[in-house]
Amino acid sequence: MSDDVQHHIQNYKKVGMTLGVLTVVTVGVSYIDFAVPLAITVALIIAATKASLVASFFMHLIEEKKVVPISKWGFGTILATLAVTALFFLVVIFIPIFGHADRVGEYFTLPNANAPVVAADQH
Amino acid sequence: MEIPYTVAERPDTGVNNVKLGIWLFLASEVMLFGGLFSTYVLLRLMAVEWPFGADVLNVPMGTFNTAVLIGSSVTMVFAYASLKMDDLARFKKFMAMTIGLSLVFMVVKGFEYSHEFDIGNFPSTSTYLAIYFTMTGLHALHIIGGIIVNSYFLGPGSKMWETNKAQFTNRIEAAGLYWHFVDLVWIFLFPILYLL
Repeated sequence: MSDDVQHHIQNYKKVGMTLGVLTVVTVGVSYIDFAVPLAITVALIIAATKASLVASFFMHLIEEKKVVPISKWGFGTILATLAVTALFFLVVIFIPIFGHADRVGEYFTLPNANAPVVAADQH
Repeated sequence: MEIPYTVAERPDTGVNNVKLGIWLFLASEVMLFGGLFSTYVLLRLMAVEWPFGADVLNVPMGTFNTAVLIGSSVTMVFAYASLKMDDLARFKKFMAMTIGLSLVFMVVKGFEYSHEFDIGNFPSTSTYLAIYFTMTGLHALHIIGGIIVNSYFLGPGSKMWETNKAQFTNRIEAAGLYWHFVDLVWIFLFPILYLL
């Protein structure tokens, strides 16, 4: 038991240091003059990496592999709960964005052979 | 009446009720913050102009606070590991450090807020500041909640160690899971509000 805990403590130290380094990296990268979409992508990739380290090691998700009969997909109870949560989280994040991108019902004009010819000087 | 499955695993879920309960609570927290992250994205997409976070906020203070919160997560997990090693004194040392770091985070946040108010930046000033104060304010409330729970376990709550070590260890694991979640939320809040 004690050796097992000692092994965990070594892992916690490594993860803690990695998180510190990634924090410095994310701040450093923000000073580089990226285009906004690239800057957002880089920042979110680093944040997701840090978050997965916290969830996997500090929250011990990496050890939550136990398969129990309640799970039909081979996940343990905790991972099954989180999988459903992740699904709803994606809905919460993406449905409003899809709504924002939705152009149905907006008035716009397509090129139309029957449309009256517009004066050329409008260019 | 004794509460069932505080230590033993429930045969149908494969985990004890403490762990399942805290994870279900954290799932609801994911949705609470998820709604606000979604709001942030939508407001930002629809905004005519959106300031660069570093022009409004103090990035060094935010970076310092990120390091403090990560440090508190490390000390929290050390506190839990100390109980696994059957060492209450060591647990108390690391739990006190966790609470200390949480208080440092709140003091720095307090300085940041008061600076914003001093220069006339309020939630009503702009959409960016409205979402900044809403998200960091809700996060700060979670920190305060964590400080209260952790202080209880450092003080009167630790008496349970004498009567039921396994149950007390499970309680600290649950408190730790909550604390790491609060850290995890900040890991996303920091870049989206300060750096982008």
